Amino acid sequence: MSGSITAITMPKWGLTMTEGKVVQWLKQPGASFASGEELLEIETSKITNVVEADAAGTLTRIVAQEGTTLPIGALLAVIAPPDTPGADIDAFVSQFVVVEPTDAGEDAAAPAAPRELQVHGLTLRCLEMGSGDGVPMLLLHGFGGDLNTWMFNQPALCDARRTFALELPGHGLSSKDVGAGDAAHFTDVIDAALAALEIERAHVVGHSMGGALAVSLAARRPERIATLSLLAPAGLGPEINGGFIDAFLRASRRREASEALQFLVHDPSLISRAMVEEFLRYKRLDGVEQALEAVARAWFPGGQQAVNLVAALRALTMPVQMIWGRDDRIVPVAHAALASPPAEVHVLDDVGHLPHMEKAGEVNRLIRTIVR
Amino acid sequence: MPVKTIRQALQEALVHEMRRDPRVVVIGEDVSGGAGTEGGRDAAGGVLGVTKGLIKEFGENRVIDTPITESAIMGAAAGAAVTGLRPVAELMFSDFLGVCFDQIFNQAAKFRYMFGGKARTPLVIRTMVGAGRSAAAQHSQSPYHIFTSVPGLKVVVPSNAYDAKGLLIQAIRDDDPVVFCEHKLMYDLRTEVPDEAYTIPFGEANVVRDGDDVTVVALARMVHYTMEAAETLAAEGIECEIIDPRTTSPLDEDTILDSVERTGRLVVVDEATPRCSMATDIAALVADKGFTALKAPVRRVTAPHTPVPFAPSLEKLYIPDPERIAAAVREVHGFAR
Repeated sequence: MSGSITAITMPKWGLTMTEGKVVQWLKQPGASFASGEELLEIETSKITNVVEADAAGTLTRIVAQEGTTLPIGALLAVIAPPDTPGADIDAFVSQFVVVEPTDAGEDAAAPAAPRELQVHGLTLRCLEMGSGDGVPMLLLHGFGGDLNTWMFNQPALCDARRTFALELPGHGLSSKDVGAGDAAHFTDVIDAALAALEIERAHVVGHSMGGALAVSLAARRPERIATLSLLAPAGLGPEINGGFIDAFLRASRRREASEALQFLVHDPSLISRAMVEEFLRYKRLDGVEQALEAVARAWFPGGQQAVNLVAALRALTMPVQMIWGRDDRIVPVAHAALASPPAEVHVLDDVGHLPHMEKAGEVNRLIRTIVR
Repeated sequence: MPVKTIRQALQEALVHEMRRDPRVVVIGEDVSGGAGTEGGRDAAGGVLGVTKGLIKEFGENRVIDTPITESAIMGAAAGAAVTGLRPVAELMFSDFLGVCFDQIFNQAAKFRYMFGGKARTPLVIRTMVGAGRSAAAQHSQSPYHIFTSVPGLKVVVPSNAYDAKGLLIQAIRDDDPVVFCEHKLMYDLRTEVPDEAYTIPFGEANVVRDGDDVTVVALARMVHYTMEAAETLAAEGIECEIIDPRTTSPLDEDTILDSVERTGRLVVVDEATPRCSMATDIAALVADKGFTALKAPVRRVTAPHTPVPFAPSLEKLYIPDPERIAAAVREVHGFAR
């Protein structure tokens, strides 16, 4: 019986999360839910987001009441078939409490730390999560992004395979030397990083500029790329929000940074003060301003995209999907039509330029589908 | 990310900038740390350990020990700054300001203005503030408001290691004289600090905690006491928004006024004496520019208008504490016309 009883536990979103607060349950005990339905809302020091159901089930018992703060891995609720005897649930909960917290506690004490790759004389941060025999997955963030881009995705996508989130030169805590800053240079670096990681073949997920780089990499090494999932990719048309790029480059104070970052999302409340602070801490590092300016000059001179990968994308033969927010204010969703077919296109409502954060559950499901 | 003390953060900032720019020099009383002692130079790393290692890497031409004469330190540093170096001068205790006030107040602060913008004075004065060690009335004051009142000086009052490093690097790269106030009880406070160099712009407050009920502006050690008070108050259902201005000159007026616009209630916490102080200045700012948003009188939580007492029991009463801060917030929160 207990095999069909499963736990909802406190997720770990991002490198620094150690605990989270249960803000609100969106399902009540006894309620059934379908895969993808929103179960509860969790607040961390950085962000508030919903936890969605991985699979259909019944919320049998809520263990963590609203307002409580718990470490990652802690038991929040129990999912079980409706006819499960109460005693079995009790047993599951008490067992969880007795056995699991030790493991969860150790995990919390030693969170997955990014490693440093030496590539082309650069130090690149790379976060590896998961294990398994599946073809590994490479995650490429966009312009100005970092490992935290994937905080809602990498933990969910690493269950059957190793996943690698790479921090590009000039980004996050990787070396700030971006060379020419263009697509060819970044593709060289990513290619060398795959070699350093000894990855023969990978599923690639790329966001925005990282999406363009995924296409560029697949065009260069088609035999090494199993599938492509492109999230609001750059490189498919000349239009881009030049005002955003300028504001992003210029922002050195909280108010400017907050205004710039709000362009990225449909719901501005997603941009918390902690996210703005994190962004500013990155931008204040010596060398970041010059790095971002060099990349912007190579990719978006004069408020237009200089990189065009439509022909390269159309020539690809591996499965390709594109996921775009209908309200994307950075790269227009209309670009999706330029590459479809061959790419399968999914347009998400009420989503801006960050579909993987704004509708993480939906995006994770689409990625799981193509890599299966 | 590595966790470091304020002491380490300051030391790293000095090393980054001395490596980056050969014009950066350190000057002060025993900055090499240990000259004349059994261990020799660098045995101590300065009276506070902040300059540890500098004499070994940069030599005595860039790490300059001086006699015990604050007027000579500040005079030499101001002159060196206006003629092309970027000195970081140590005024060990800010209480000693009196003997070198001319060099700071009437010389360094005035050069840019008096020479029609043709002179720059990239001088940093590192100095200790704060009570709490029974160091008595002449070694325990927090006179950052005196520096703040001087046009031509910039004044930094950091409350944590991340800010301390970024603000000290900004101070060294700044072309104007900057007084950098370090609280003597806070050198061992730790927080995450990147290994890389970075700068924090002056005049940008840090919002330490979000809250919708009462705005609390606090500086240096008082930021931490206010955070303690805010936890107690949150349990009572009162949410404080805590603002740390980080620099008192320039002062980030917008962040304070925007917050009061939302909360309608303000408490200012300051370890300094109350007359003509930062607490008074910020209260006046809000009375002047934010009056229509106020739902209650502004409350100041400060030291009394007396010298800092030597007796530990009296010194404890002298320094604002979390209980007094919480009481002021409750009073402002509960106020009804």
